[in-house]
This record gives sequence, C-alpha cells and structure tokens, in this order.
Amino acid sequence: MAVSLVDFFRVAWLVMRKDVRIESRSREVLYTTSFFAASCVLVFSFAFVRAGRPVDGAEAGIVWVALAYAGQLALGRAFERELHQDALRGLLLAPVERAAIFVGKLLGIMLLMVLVEAVVIFFVSLFFSTAFFEYPVLFVGLLASGTIGFAVVGTLFAAMLTRAKSRAVLLPVLLYPVTVPVLIAGVNGTLSLIQADPNLDLARFWLALVTFFDVVFLTLALWTFEPLMTE
Amino acid sequence: MTGMSRRTQTLLIIVGAVMFAVAPLLIALAPNEATMGLVAKIVYFHVPVWFMMFLAVFICGIASGVYLFKGLPEADRLAVSAAELAVLFGFMGLTTGPLWARVSWGVWWPWDVRTTLALILEMNFVAYLLLRKYGGPGAEKLAAGVALFGMFNVPFVYVSVNVWRTLHPETTVVPTLPAAMAGPFWWCVVAYLTLFLVMLGGRRRLEDQRAKLDELRFAYEEE
Repeated sequence: MAVSLVDFFRVAWLVMRKDVRIESRSREVLYTTSFFAASCVLVFSFAFVRAGRPVDGAEAGIVWVALAYAGQLALGRAFERELHQDALRGLLLAPVERAAIFVGKLLGIMLLMVLVEAVVIFFVSLFFSTAFFEYPVLFVGLLASGTIGFAVVGTLFAAMLTRAKSRAVLLPVLLYPVTVPVLIAGVNGTLSLIQADPNLDLARFWLALVTFFDVVFLTLALWTFEPLMTE
Repeated sequence: MTGMSRRTQTLLIIVGAVMFAVAPLLIALAPNEATMGLVAKIVYFHVPVWFMMFLAVFICGIASGVYLFKGLPEADRLAVSAAELAVLFGFMGLTTGPLWARVSWGVWWPWDVRTTLALILEMNFVAYLLLRKYGGPGAEKLAAGVALFGMFNVPFVYVSVNVWRTLHPETTVVPTLPAAMAGPFWWCVVAYLTLFLVMLGGRRRLEDQRAKLDELRFAYEEE
C-alpha cells in the first residue's frame, strides 16, 4: 500500500512536470491568461468605480470573478494542448493509475492559477488600494481552498470534454453551476476580511465550507475520472 | 430495472386526472392564509412542483451514478428522463415563485435560499441536457458525471446561499400549515407525484423504444 501510494504521487509528479516543462517553453497559457485576468480587473474597474472610489466591497467580487474567468480559459487551453496528435490518449494508455494522471493535471492547473492569482491580487490592490493581507493566513487559506475546489471540478470537466464536441462553450456552461458554492464562499469570505469591521468567524466558516467542498469533490473526481475517461 | 407496466401507467393516469380535477375545489374550500390571503394559495401548486424537481434531481443523480459505474444503458435512459423532468418542474417552480414573491415581498426575485438553489439546480440540469444534445457521441457518459456532481452539490449550494443571505434582511418564511390547509396541500403533492410518475414512465418508454429501434437498425445493417 505504502509503495503504491509512492507510485501514485510519482506518476502525478511526472505528469505535472511534463505540463510545467511544456508550458515553460512557450509560456503561452501563463502570459495570455494573466493578461486576460488583468484586463478583467480593468473592465470591472470601469463598472465599479464611482468618483474615483470603488463601490463598497466590489474588490472581493472582482478578484474571484477574474480568477474564475481566467481559470476557465487556462483549463480550456491546457487540455486543448493534449489533443495535438492524440497526446491525451497516449497518456491514458500508460499503465498507471488513471487517478494519478488526474492529480498530475490538477497540480499543473493549480500552479498556473496561483501565478494568475498573484497578478490579479497585485492589480486589484493597486487599482483599489485594498489591503488583502491584513489577515494573511485566512486570506491565503481562502484563496488556496477556493483554487483547489475550482480546479478539481474544472480539471475533471475539461478533461472529459476533450472527448466532446463544442467543448469551448460547454466548459463554462457545466463549470459555473457546480462551482457556485466556491464562488459564493470566496467572495463573501474575502469580503468579511477586507470590510471596515472584519468578521473573522464568518471568514473561518467560509474557509471550512470550501475545504469541505474540496474534500467531497476531490473524492468524487478521483472516483469518476476513470469511468469518465473510458470510451 | 424494468419499466412501469402499461396497466400501472393507465391506473396512474386515471388517479392523477381525478386528483387534479378535484384539487381546485379543495384549494378553493381551504381557508385563506391570515396575512397573505388569496395569494398564499399558490403554495398548493408551487411547493409540490418544487418537491417533484428535487425528486427528479435525485433520481437523475443516482441513475447517473449507476450508469457511470455499472454501464447499464437502462440507468442512462432513466437519468435523461428524470433530467428533463427536473428542468420542466424547475421551470414551473421558477415561474410561480417570482409571482408569489412580487405580491408578498414586493420584488420578483427575493434571492431567498430555496429560489436560488432551484435556479442553480435548473442551470445544472439545463447544462446536462445541453451537453447531451451538443456534446456529440459519447456525451451521455460525460453528462452522467455532471448529474452526479449536481446532486452532490445540493447541500453546498443550500448552505452557502443560506449563510450568504442571512447577511441581508430576512424574508418572511411560509408559515407552517394549519390542518385545514395541510389536507389540500398533501392532496396536491400526491397529484403531482402521480403526474411525475406518469411522465417519467412515458418518457422512459420512449427512450427504451428508441434504443430498441437503434438495435434493430444495427442488426438490419449488419445482415
């Protein structure tokens, strides 16, 4: 059991390293997605800034919506790449645990999302002078658990959609209804940290909710990846 | 998983038709709710519709799980029938809900937890149907994953919308029903349940026949 667990993570690590290496050669997804996320922040600024001041609490929504949009874009592109010369099929034919392949892809997507998050938070802090890091542990916890939740559902859906037609439009159609709890918790948890009178208990509640979401949906994803990817 | 027999189906249609014919009488005779008056009578249709949507969501979710792991095509046919009913009853609930909200709370959309949960489930199952329709061959299996995720998402959406909403003024909750109103209410629930079963059975039979037709066509082409 111990050995197979080591094998599992070794495969996941190798898949992630492969993705990171491919990405590091062109940095296509990273550059385009970060730029897109920054443009989202800019567009929202025009919508939510009145007389030089942001609408109360708008920053929390801007951060999470920009992340969700950028994440969706990255997911689509990351799996589009796997379709060249049937690369995904080759990967799935490898004599390893399918779930380990899923975890590898998931880690690659998460790494990318973390980099995009840094860009988004930088721009929102700059444009709106928001102090996101007053409570660093809670804020980073919310970001991390939200990223995991969004990426788990997103990676599974994007992976299975490689077998479907009209996948570019179907991905957001499927993704948002399922990730609604993550977005509600992310926006409201962030809001409770940056508002004038921070509510730490509420932020902890949202963090706990997303963590629970992560556990349930990661289990579900690991469990369904195999049958979903079998033709 | 065998389908409903034709006799059961006919019996259910008769029972359902009688119950729906009697329902307006019972609703008219039931006392008016103290504060809302006549408007509150929408509850006899609105709430049973909402129950049926939930029933459909769980039937679809469980059948999808069975299809995904056991590969039984019957389970998939049941799942798609239930998904269509979830969308249909969800649409009915989402139409009657705002009508009630407008009169009793003054807004079309109160963002209360049940309406919002219904909206998100509706979106989830519309997405399920879109994926089946436009996903190309093999999309049934992918859709089964979406249905399973949608079912497991119900408690998360409920809790998150509930807590999110408590930050805002609370909307009045439908009061617990007195006995004189509970009778007609449960009558309507059973009437809707028979309607639901008739529709689910009929829709499933259609899917079964379609599958059989495909099989025959394959067999014919191979000869």
